[in-house]
Amino acid sequence: MTIKQEINQNAFGNDKNRLMDILLSINETQGYISRKNMLDLSQKLGISMAQVQETVSFYHFFSSKPRGKYNIYLDNSITAVMNGRAEVKEAFEQCCETSFGNVSRDGLFGLFNTSCIGMNDQEPAAIINNKIFTHLTPYRVKHLVEDMRAGKTTDELMYENFGDGNNADPDVKSMVSNHIRKKSIILKKDYIPFTFLTTKLKEYTPGDIVAEIEASNLRGRGGAGFPTGMKWRFGRRTEGKHRVIICNADEGEPGTFKDRVLLTEYADLVFEGMVVAAYATGSDIGLLYLRYEYRYLLKFLNRKLTEMRKNHFLGQNIGGVQGFNFDIRIQSGAGAYVCGEESALIESLEGKRGEPRDKPPFPVEKGYLGYPTIVNNVETLATAVKILHHGAEWYAGFGTKDSLGTKLLSISGDCRFPGIYEVEWGTTIREIIAMSGAENVQAIQVGGPSGMMIGMKDAGNMDNSELMKWYKPSGMMIAEKFFDRKLSYSDLPTGGSIIIFNNHRDLLGEVVMNFMDFFIEESCGSCSTCRNMPIIMKNKLRKILDGHGIRKDIYDLLNWGKVLKASRCGLGQTAGNPVLSSIFHFRHLYEQRIQSLTQFDSGFNLDEATKETKKYVHRKPVFHHFKTSETWKDQ
Amino acid sequence: MEGPINKIKISLDGKTIFAPKGSTIVEAARENGIYIPTLCHFEGTDPKACCRICTVKINNRLMTSCTTPIAEGMEIESNSAELNDLRKSIVELLFVSGNHFCPTCEKSGNCELQALAYRFKMLVPRFPYSFPRKEVDASSPKIIKEQNRCIACKRCIKTIRDEKGRHYFAYKNRGQHLEVVLDPVLGAAMPDDLARKAMENCPVGSILYKEKGFDEPIGTRKYDKQPIGSEIENQS
Ligand SMILES: Cc1cc2nc3c(=O)[nH]c(=O)nc-3n(C[C@H](O)[C@H](O)[C@H](O)COP(=O)(O)O)c2cc1C
Ligand code: SF4
Ligand code: FES
Repeated sequence: MTIKQEINQNAFGNDKNRLMDILLSINETQGYISRKNMLDLSQKLGISMAQVQETVSFYHFFSSKPRGKYNIYLDNSITAVMNGRAEVKEAFEQCCETSFGNVSRDGLFGLFNTSCIGMNDQEPAAIINNKIFTHLTPYRVKHLVEDMRAGKTTDELMYENFGDGNNADPDVKSMVSNHIRKKSIILKKDYIPFTFLTTKLKEYTPGDIVAEIEASNLRGRGGAGFPTGMKWRFGRRTEGKHRVIICNADEGEPGTFKDRVLLTEYADLVFEGMVVAAYATGSDIGLLYLRYEYRYLLKFLNRKLTEMRKNHFLGQNIGGVQGFNFDIRIQSGAGAYVCGEESALIESLEGKRGEPRDKPPFPVEKGYLGYPTIVNNVETLATAVKILHHGAEWYAGFGTKDSLGTKLLSISGDCRFPGIYEVEWGTTIREIIAMSGAENVQAIQVGGPSGMMIGMKDAGNMDNSELMKWYKPSGMMIAEKFFDRKLSYSDLPTGGSIIIFNNHRDLLGEVVMNFMDFFIEESCGSCSTCRNMPIIMKNKLRKILDGHGIRKDIYDLLNWGKVLKASRCGLGQTAGNPVLSSIFHFRHLYEQRIQSLTQFDSGFNLDEATKETKKYVHRKPVFHHFKTSETWKDQ
Repeated sequence: MEGPINKIKISLDGKTIFAPKGSTIVEAARENGIYIPTLCHFEGTDPKACCRICTVKINNRLMTSCTTPIAEGMEIESNSAELNDLRKSIVELLFVSGNHFCPTCEKSGNCELQALAYRFKMLVPRFPYSFPRKEVDASSPKIIKEQNRCIACKRCIKTIRDEKGRHYFAYKNRGQHLEVVLDPVLGAAMPDDLARKAMENCPVGSILYKEKGFDEPIGTRKYDKQPIGSEIENQS
């Protein structure tokens, strides 16, 4: 069947809200989305071609040019870099005979960089045609490429064992490992999924459920920490022909991978959470937005949904409650971190570019297709089921006074045991270091790049009170001085990403630069601030790293970073945090690199500026400095 | 203080004002002769806060006043040194991130970006110029899309549509590579009135109508005669 026929016969009809699915299927079968495809689609869907292109060109995994037979997307998160990404990259380039960003001349290989794929505990990792390959080494790359040249399928490429648990499921068959290191009340397998649904749901009114969740003080685990019970109550309050529950499985914050593990091992619990949330809020539409990088779980998750339908956990009169009808569909993303932001996620679900909406109105008032929509993180939904099963009172026995219960942490970086740890709120950074087997720690990044960097030394030489007024980190890079700080909503709130850096790491040149590149790559670009400022800040930092910095450059960074706070969504608002938080906690690293007595340095780099010319004339240019009258006299 | 019926009371920079329920902060301010600078917003269309210039402070939170509806008793801070410097930085950001050479621009004097730069007394942007390499798309018989000057405000995307609601303009790419492009199919057969409207609605000189230049010579145009915002500030 030609692509044109396929477009005309796909399951999505002429529904432009399903543009994502249509594009995903073309991208998958044909390898890319051609201009002709876009034209055909525009006619069929009644929108202009530029509108189709608007969606196509937004997502990282959609290509408008032919790609290779094998497309290798190599993760460029900081943990990959720390674990030998450079050598792996070089090996791919040599073996595939092309460079990153290109397709090899024989059309066999496409090499691409990609933002964190949620495998920080097993880096360097890559996606090759929808299959994940972890712990890559140059040696392994050589064999992979040989096998691909021999025409093997991606399944045949893998000769490692499958990972533990459901990673070995016939519908997953993946070499990814779970690395669950510490279980507490959520991860403990002391609960048979759907027990609450089948045995207790009938006894509760929707209002009771909301009340129980409110009593437990459960707060959103996706990072923002919004009280879950309140969100459900707001959603219920808004009138609408339909109401929608969305499970946010976009997990894009570099360094988090806990939702991956929940979806692999606890999918039933997550789906049960969606059903319960639907009951509590009176929703009939359920959507799970699965990031493209986790598409290897799609078949498995869809099987789970089919099983649920068979058991009447989805469909009509669920749990024996007359009139409670609800079903769930999984929507794949196509590679965009910003789609984790709830309103961008909704735009993406409607087939558009993932551009956050202005608020108000909030999704609970006006969300997916205009219906009241409740967006919750994977972990939030799983936690809700456990709370309901055991009761809010039981839950209050864990954690601290202001932050009840437990939190899943994704710990990676320089430590012996990267993986998933379920800890009670109130755990200190020092305990995290000890439990993950980290040594010689220089800094800890809490909350991913948009978070904060915490380190050991420094802290005496700061005049940061002004900065702190502006700077409300959603996470941070932490110095040792602050290692007794606790994970909690009042002290160190976090979505769970913890990255550890030891004393050998170049925090500014390696880590901060990597994080800035992440924000520059992932900005949706709609705000003037977020589209432009991170680049300016990165160039300024580059200037300092190149030895051209002066003290004013540090102040410029602090002042300029404030502009980002005027951005629409959390991405732009926190995009300056890698620089700001490293200035705050690691001021000495900046001071060491600037020319402390110089008042002015334009940053001009003679070598760099004449690089092209030098190639042709084969000699170095010399600066002819202006001579002062003093030096004239000398001569 | 009792207000007029159907109006609600808010406080803007410490001054009590009244405006109809449902208006945005920008509209409420305008109705009371107070100008809050805007750039991407185009009156009569749904706002999509792209430029962030209209940012105000409510309860110590930054909000865009073109999108935020007023609420009874809202206390808004707008004309402060801090916020005006933020607005000025944004104007400067837009200047350095494109190639805006006013003396050679057809829109000079009618350009809202230029007018805002004058209003905020911008001399030299504090940020380094980036001199990006941009294209000029002259493929349409009716208009030229000058990407060097585009500030991605979305006005043309929102306002220039055909009778079926199809967009003539759309975003392409994301982040630093974001562009506003003209649809090649629709653009090839663009009706005259839409082409003119596109040029007029563009706040800068990024959409130029092909057949005819400007009637008004530079020096006597809208913002050559009076600063941007003064039509609101001088209305009473
Ligand atoms: C740039 C950005 C990315 C985000 N990414 C995610 C994500 O991957 N997963 C997630 O659950 N929430 C993410 N969020 C937060 C969501 O907007 C939203 O607050 C969350 O899904 C609500 O669920 P919760 O209340 O259960 O945490 C992100 C927010 C921003 C601003
Ligand atoms: S802050 Fe950045 S990512 Fe968020 S809406 Fe604005 S441009 Fe897009
Ligand atoms: S005018 Fe409000 S954001 Fe541009």
